[in-house]
Amino acid sequence: MGQMEDIGSRIETHQNEFLTFTLGAEEYGIDILKVKEIRGYDAVTRIANSPEYIKGVINLRGTIVPIVDMRIKFNLGNVEYNQFTVVIILNVAGRMVGMVVDSVSDVITLGPEQVKPAPEFGAALDTQYIIGLGAVEERMLILVDIEKLMTGRDMDLVDAQAA
Amino acid sequence: MSQPNTSPPSQQGQQAIDMSQFFQVFFEETGEHLSAMESLLLAVDPADPGDEELNAIFRSAHSIKGGSSTFGFKDMSELTHEAETLLDRVRKRELPLTIPMVDALLEAGDVLRAQLARHKGEAGDEVDAAPVVARLNSLTREPAQAPVAVDTDTGWGLFADEAPAAPAADPGYGFFDAEPMSAPPAKPAAQPPEWGRRTTDHPDVIVAAAGRRGNDKQVVSPNGDSSSIRVGVDKVDQLINLVGELVITQAMLAQRAGRLEAEGVSELSVGMADLERNTRDLQEAVMSIRMMPMSFVFNRFPRMLRDLAAKLGKQVELKTVGDQTELDKGVIEKITDPMNHLVRNSVDHGIEMPEARLAAGKPAHGTLTLRAYHQGGNIVIEVADDGKGLDRDRILAKAVERGLPVAPDISDQEVWQLIFEPGFSTADKVTDVSGRGVGMDVVKKNILALGGSVELDSSTGHGTRVVVRLPLTLAIMDGMSVAVRGDTYIVPLASVVELLHPGSRDIKTVSGQGRVVEVRSEYLPVVSLSEVFGGHGKAIAEKDSIMVIVEVEGAKTALLVDELVGQHQVVVKSIEANYRRIQGVSGATIMGDGTVALIMDVAALVRLARH
Repeated sequence: MGQMEDIGSRIETHQNEFLTFTLGAEEYGIDILKVKEIRGYDAVTRIANSPEYIKGVINLRGTIVPIVDMRIKFNLGNVEYNQFTVVIILNVAGRMVGMVVDSVSDVITLGPEQVKPAPEFGAALDTQYIIGLGAVEERMLILVDIEKLMTGRDMDLVDAQAA
Repeated sequence: MSQPNTSPPSQQGQQAIDMSQFFQVFFEETGEHLSAMESLLLAVDPADPGDEELNAIFRSAHSIKGGSSTFGFKDMSELTHEAETLLDRVRKRELPLTIPMVDALLEAGDVLRAQLARHKGEAGDEVDAAPVVARLNSLTREPAQAPVAVDTDTGWGLFADEAPAAPAADPGYGFFDAEPMSAPPAKPAAQPPEWGRRTTDHPDVIVAAAGRRGNDKQVVSPNGDSSSIRVGVDKVDQLINLVGELVITQAMLAQRAGRLEAEGVSELSVGMADLERNTRDLQEAVMSIRMMPMSFVFNRFPRMLRDLAAKLGKQVELKTVGDQTELDKGVIEKITDPMNHLVRNSVDHGIEMPEARLAAGKPAHGTLTLRAYHQGGNIVIEVADDGKGLDRDRILAKAVERGLPVAPDISDQEVWQLIFEPGFSTADKVTDVSGRGVGMDVVKKNILALGGSVELDSSTGHGTRVVVRLPLTLAIMDGMSVAVRGDTYIVPLASVVELLHPGSRDIKTVSGQGRVVEVRSEYLPVVSLSEVFGGHGKAIAEKDSIMVIVEVEGAKTALLVDELVGQHQVVVKSIEANYRRIQGVSGATIMGDGTVALIMDVAALVRLARH
């Protein structure tokens, strides 16, 4: 039992830590606990007849992981693949997904008072996936519910019946 | 799960510390004893039961009772006690074995199974054991040649005193009943090897099938065989994954070594060849751990047939051939439901009522034959009955009624295929056995999903035979890698018939859309993979491409690819674990260089060609 409580309180303290990354001019934040690792962009195996933003699949230590390019999905940033291209490997709803972004910035902690509700417009993302807007000094972070986004209809990463 | 209040206090004190581990063992073993008891009861001939058979049934019941009272599962031990009292009198020939007894004992087995499931924490309603207990009780008392049996406890006490047949177990048993608290010391004395050999707390698979086979076949020996150990399936799977990775690393090394040109390369290549052979042997050895005999599937049918036949008023005899044919545990688990369907169908629709059979000049009892054997890299499972066979006219009429396109002169083989259409049932009335038309199409779908195939053969008046072909394992397969516009794909070697250069052969267009090619005076539909899969690479001229002739479900198709790359044994990885299903692709594998290659779903591609 004691162990369970420990894990519970750890989640509590981490809940406000966000990994921030940029897509074009916008800065986003996602729950750090959903991030498995960050790696460079490697050769992917293309999947026939899939949407353009699904770049293909890679071998991540024996597991087949799909890679999505958020820059293509949301028409943001420069779609270029070089040694600086970053893939964030996410662990969402028991599945692994890699997401290509422009760059990863840092990990920041936000107190509840720093998170403001999002207005109905303004980002490339549908508001249903946005938890809120985070204010850190001069920066504004769009906080995304990455699990909801990646398993949602929009991304089409999950079979309809499995979702 | 109910906690045992009567857990052994004294001499088992040390073991009691880790009781949960033994619960698991108890559940496993009781399940095995129940299965053993059931199959023995089904095999025994009530008219002339052998001593050894009766003793074996008794021992199974005895073990269940011993275990359940040790762990404090009072409901189970009470019921087994009744069964055992009856069995004891039967084995001592005080009572003749009768069919109602066998029925009652089988029912007791069912109730015990349900009780066991509840103790395991599985869902299920509370089972009322009282009717079975009463039945067993009255059967025990019936001929009443000895007044001892009026009170079963007394009867039991007497038995313990006499107890000539099972000297090792019985004394402990006698104590047990009279003074539960003093029983445990006797229990381990009777069966120490069974406790001693457990090494894990996930006893799901028995390594070394020999031990398991022994159990399934005949008597469950009270002394466990030390030649096998129980290992959790998760451990075996981890081993298989690791070996899979090793195979990939080995292939990668071999590829890189092949590119080297320097001194000592020949020595290196000798070493690489050894490594390859050893890796392959290791992989085969590890895969064989997951192999289980077909009897795991077959063993459930004697009981099912007995109940079904009784319900339908038919007489059915079951023959099994090749019980010891082994296949992957994963395949076994997935084949059980389709097999159930096929057997039910045979009994319900195939085998006629006894009168009809006699009228047709056949013996009153029908025969259902289950046969399993290896053929190449596949396992073949046949379900055959000597019933009335399929009715061509009825099926055709039904097909027309359902608006399926059928020519009146189609071959029998094509007619039989119709029953695999969704919702196709020719049963006059829906019974609770079958006839809802959700049978054969599901069977076919499940088997295709396993990479297998179903064929059906029928002869009116003589019976029906369903032949299921399955790969031995789902984890590894032989594949041929091909290039399509710069991408590499794997074609399962099992479906490849031959490779051809189209060369001067013409690929002809049929009515402006489908295309065919003539191969050995046969016209085969053509699928251009560069059209299906696309790709960034340049498409090559069709005459320079290679035709891979594949055969699925008896139909051949020519797949056009750009280039052959090689032949490998590939470890099949799931795409759906992290992504959705991809049309025309059944899975993925990791190539020697660490990149991913997609495995073609040949059956889907062929379907694409036909529509």
